[in-house]
Amino acid sequence: MGNFPDITTNIGGFVKNLVDFLDDKLELFFDFIFFISSRTINGIEEVLVWMPWWSFILIIFLLGWYFKSFFSGILYGFFIFLIGTFGLWEDMMTTIAIILTSVIICLILGIPLGVWMAFNKGFSNVMRPLLDAMQTMPSFVYLIPAIFFFGLGNVSAIFATLIYALPPVIRLTELAIRGVDKEVIESAQSFGSSRWQMLKKVQLPQALPTIMAGVNQTTMMALAMVVIASMVGAQGLGEQVLVAINRIDISLGFEAGISIVFLAIIIDRITNGVAGKFQKHRGVS
Amino acid sequence: MTTKIKLENVSKIFGPKPKSVIPMIKDGKSKEEILAETNHTVGVYDASLDIKKGEVFVIMGLSGSGKSTLIRCFNLLNKPTTGSIFIDDVDIVSADKTLLKQIRQEKIAMVFQHFGLFSHRTILSNVEYGLEVRNVPKEERRDIAMKNIEIVGLKGYEDKYPDELSGGMQQRVGLARALANDPDVLLMDEPFSALDPLIRREMQLELLDIQERLQKTIIFITHDVNEAFKLGDRVAVMKDGHVVQVGTPEEIIESPANDYITEFIKDIDRSKVFQAEHIMIKPNALVSTKDGVKVAIKEMKENGISSVFVVDRSRQVKGIVTIDDAIAAVKEKKTLEDILRDDYSVVNKDEYINDLIPKALESKYPLAVVNDEDKLVGFILRVHVLSGLVSEDVEESDQYFN
Repeated sequence: MGNFPDITTNIGGFVKNLVDFLDDKLELFFDFIFFISSRTINGIEEVLVWMPWWSFILIIFLLGWYFKSFFSGILYGFFIFLIGTFGLWEDMMTTIAIILTSVIICLILGIPLGVWMAFNKGFSNVMRPLLDAMQTMPSFVYLIPAIFFFGLGNVSAIFATLIYALPPVIRLTELAIRGVDKEVIESAQSFGSSRWQMLKKVQLPQALPTIMAGVNQTTMMALAMVVIASMVGAQGLGEQVLVAINRIDISLGFEAGISIVFLAIIIDRITNGVAGKFQKHRGVS
Repeated sequence: MTTKIKLENVSKIFGPKPKSVIPMIKDGKSKEEILAETNHTVGVYDASLDIKKGEVFVIMGLSGSGKSTLIRCFNLLNKPTTGSIFIDDVDIVSADKTLLKQIRQEKIAMVFQHFGLFSHRTILSNVEYGLEVRNVPKEERRDIAMKNIEIVGLKGYEDKYPDELSGGMQQRVGLARALANDPDVLLMDEPFSALDPLIRREMQLELLDIQERLQKTIIFITHDVNEAFKLGDRVAVMKDGHVVQVGTPEEIIESPANDYITEFIKDIDRSKVFQAEHIMIKPNALVSTKDGVKVAIKEMKENGISSVFVVDRSRQVKGIVTIDDAIAAVKEKKTLEDILRDDYSVVNKDEYINDLIPKALESKYPLAVVNDEDKLVGFILRVHVLSGLVSEDVEESDQYFN
């Protein structure tokens, strides 16, 4: 018979020890991250909740109008109004705060990493399998170390969201920087640009439309994580979905679910619109 | 003229260990053999050139001949594998980062085949780029940029983006951007190849025009023989990474170094390369107004021609005398001045055959060729305009017809 021989490895145990070790030795570091992240989320959330309800709808309408069309603006405003009528206004604000914070951190980390990968082949070779792993590893798996590091709550949710949503912005930044027309690079070089001038004045601006496409993807993936993240204690719309599942509450489940869909549509169209504005004059179709 | 740029034995080889294949090339192995055996590409091999201040130096060759590789050596976009490049007696191959940056910022600018414009910047800020990199103050670089936009004829377009301009206009931006740095040397990598023929011709003339005013040293790459011979004061022909021949357009057409070049220049439009002075006949003796009619007849008989130009003491053309009039004049005892005709055409010695054709068609008589001081230097029979267009050497024919 084809029984597997009696050989066992304990990689899982090794990872557990690693997580324990990190949690122990880098406690201060994780506390620092916790502090920054939770302050950011709370800050954004406070502002959002403090705003009069109609002013938020107005902002969404204006964004929709500017980046898409007048009609889109009205539709998006109506969506937000509907979510309010479900009684999920504050949950929506929490979700938006979590997503915004995740996306901001994603960009702060992702764009420099992508640029570095574009410049350094070796680093790119190391990062690529790591990014593959981040995207394919079932997201529940890294919820566990998240709890270890940050406990239950929004910060763990952000940590988990980061791991899932970071790869697209890194990948597309690398792709975009590498994809800048060779002659354009040569012409910048021929004028004696320093490396920093080249990056700042030529490569990043030229790469911006593609980077913005990465931002759009990252945002959508962050949104896709809200329900899973609520398993480690994230509040907001995801939490309501989770509650609905536990209570088998069809109406709450649908309302919270459709609210997430509305948010997804609005965020996707607006970030797409931003990307579209950048594409003008840049020869990217 | 003084030497501006001097290339000494410059080679550029692409691959993991470029220097290792140099001995193989010295053994006479071909580009293909080296690629097959060692996976190295020979871009340029052993190029030595002297480029003079203020000249338009054209490097011509088919695609893959190494001309684009070579031009990128001049500003070290390609660092030569071996050899030296001196610009004003400074070897730039061994220059450190700071010096290289300074050379690129101040001495040398480049114009690209597909323009290489920054699509996210307006025309004005494209042209400002080189100055911006050098940290020229905002006001000053704006003024310089505007001046150069005007030179290339794009005034009024400064706030547009490159994608709003036609190909020809985009290349004007490329040229303005290069000129804004006020470089001594202008590198032009097939700048007009991507343009349609009409615009190309217009740009060529404009380049010559600008060159006349600014007197830069221009290194110009092209695969188009006609373009090379039209623009180049001197032309270098490249094949498989080797510089095969260097010379003035006339020298290359008159004595091509090998069959490859003969083949290359086969469809050259000679009418745009050869000028009046190349096909004219230099008169043995000039007939002057103080000479008699008989001198004129003798001159015509000796040369086997039916008319002759008459000049005054300072060799200015006074008119033309035909053999029939001269014979009649002898009978009627008229002087030379009585029978002078003035319905002849005068051309400058620098005019191209192409421009002579209409004049030759209209004129009943030979064309008088004068130099810049209006002195007669020769004459052109109509048949010479024709024979100048085919490759037989016109000076070989000793029989004149009219």
